[in-house]
Amino acid sequence: MVVTPPAGGVELSAVSPNWVTTRLDFLSNWARSNSLWPMPFGTACCAIEFMATAASRFDLARFGMERMSYSPRQADVLICAGRLPFKLAPVIRRIWDQMPQPKWSISMGACASTGGIFDNYAMVQGIDTIIPVDVYVPGCPPRPEGLVYGIMLLQKKIKGESFTDPDLRQEHLLDDVGMFLPPERVDELSEPFGNSIHQTRSG
Amino acid sequence: MTGVSPSVGALTAEFGSAILRTVVSCGDSIVYVMRERAHDVLAWLKNTPGQEFDYLTDITAVDYRDPERPLEVVYQLRSLGRKADLRVKIALDGSAPLDVDSVYDLWKGADWLEREVYDMFGVTFVGHPDLRRILMWETYGEGYPLRKDFPLRGHFSRAEQVRQALAANPEAQYSLEELSLAQAMHDLPADMTERLRRGERGLVP
Repeated sequence: MVVTPPAGGVELSAVSPNWVTTRLDFLSNWARSNSLWPMPFGTACCAIEFMATAASRFDLARFGMERMSYSPRQADVLICAGRLPFKLAPVIRRIWDQMPQPKWSISMGACASTGGIFDNYAMVQGIDTIIPVDVYVPGCPPRPEGLVYGIMLLQKKIKGESFTDPDLRQEHLLDDVGMFLPPERVDELSEPFGNSIHQTRSG
Repeated sequence: MTGVSPSVGALTAEFGSAILRTVVSCGDSIVYVMRERAHDVLAWLKNTPGQEFDYLTDITAVDYRDPERPLEVVYQLRSLGRKADLRVKIALDGSAPLDVDSVYDLWKGADWLEREVYDMFGVTFVGHPDLRRILMWETYGEGYPLRKDFPLRGHFSRAEQVRQALAANPEAQYSLEELSLAQAMHDLPADMTERLRRGERGLVP
């Protein structure tokens, strides 16, 4: 269809829908939240549910996430799906450090969020002691609906971000090793809970 | 399969007092052997016609939390041709160092099995070509996790565990030996080959 300008000249807005006004915050947050490329970090059964979420029945593509970013350089959101042993802690930290800003992370499932049933010598008690976490998805493992809800919460969080927030995406490392939580906070987060309080540290 | 394995009688006839006792449990024959003669017994079981235990199913260890017998090392043998099983155990003395002769020269598959027992229980296999930790990382400093006196959550505080994990170098997990096995040395960047030649490992400050 050809739009013919009326004779005598007219405001551009009257003839062309090809431009809009918007807030920069709104525009960038809208773009970012609807094209989150996930960096899958699947270590356990949560990864099976994550794969189900990405497949056709639940279809992550509806959220602009169908492109799994197996390179951290092109990733936006790190999804830790499963338990994280201490042996893998420096690996996920390296991947997180390799992801460019802006970046977010989702802790999927009980083990990634708290250590879950693995309250033992080999397991990180919550990946929030290793990397910053934006959304925690509970469940063992969470159903795909749960992960999708977590992703929608993350989109909601991204839409509330502002350029003018000076503290946004600031990571304050406490020492040269790269701890970003003080030791007493890590110990507090790793306190036994549930059935494992009956097991003492002395064995 | 019930009853005593015929290998038990043959072993007793061959080695006499080196066979400490024999047990039948759930239809499986278990032979306790002296630590000093264990390698001879296992070699005999592998190489003697009529025994031919050519497949080493597993090596593991048991900690009974008993000062009299701190650890038992267990060898599960299988003869593929004869379709027969035999379990050989070595009871280690608590006063002596936990040393056992390696059976890597008999079954090459003992390589990682012995490394796992070393990693989890601290049993030293004398003669093993590359006795390092296999499940835990090489700089792991809390001891041997499957021993009964090892606390479930480890010796260190969680904060110290997180700190040591973050201090580990994720690129230093592989030994030079493994890399040269994979013929990967020539494909690595020059700085990484240099660091591996210097023997760099993860650091625990």
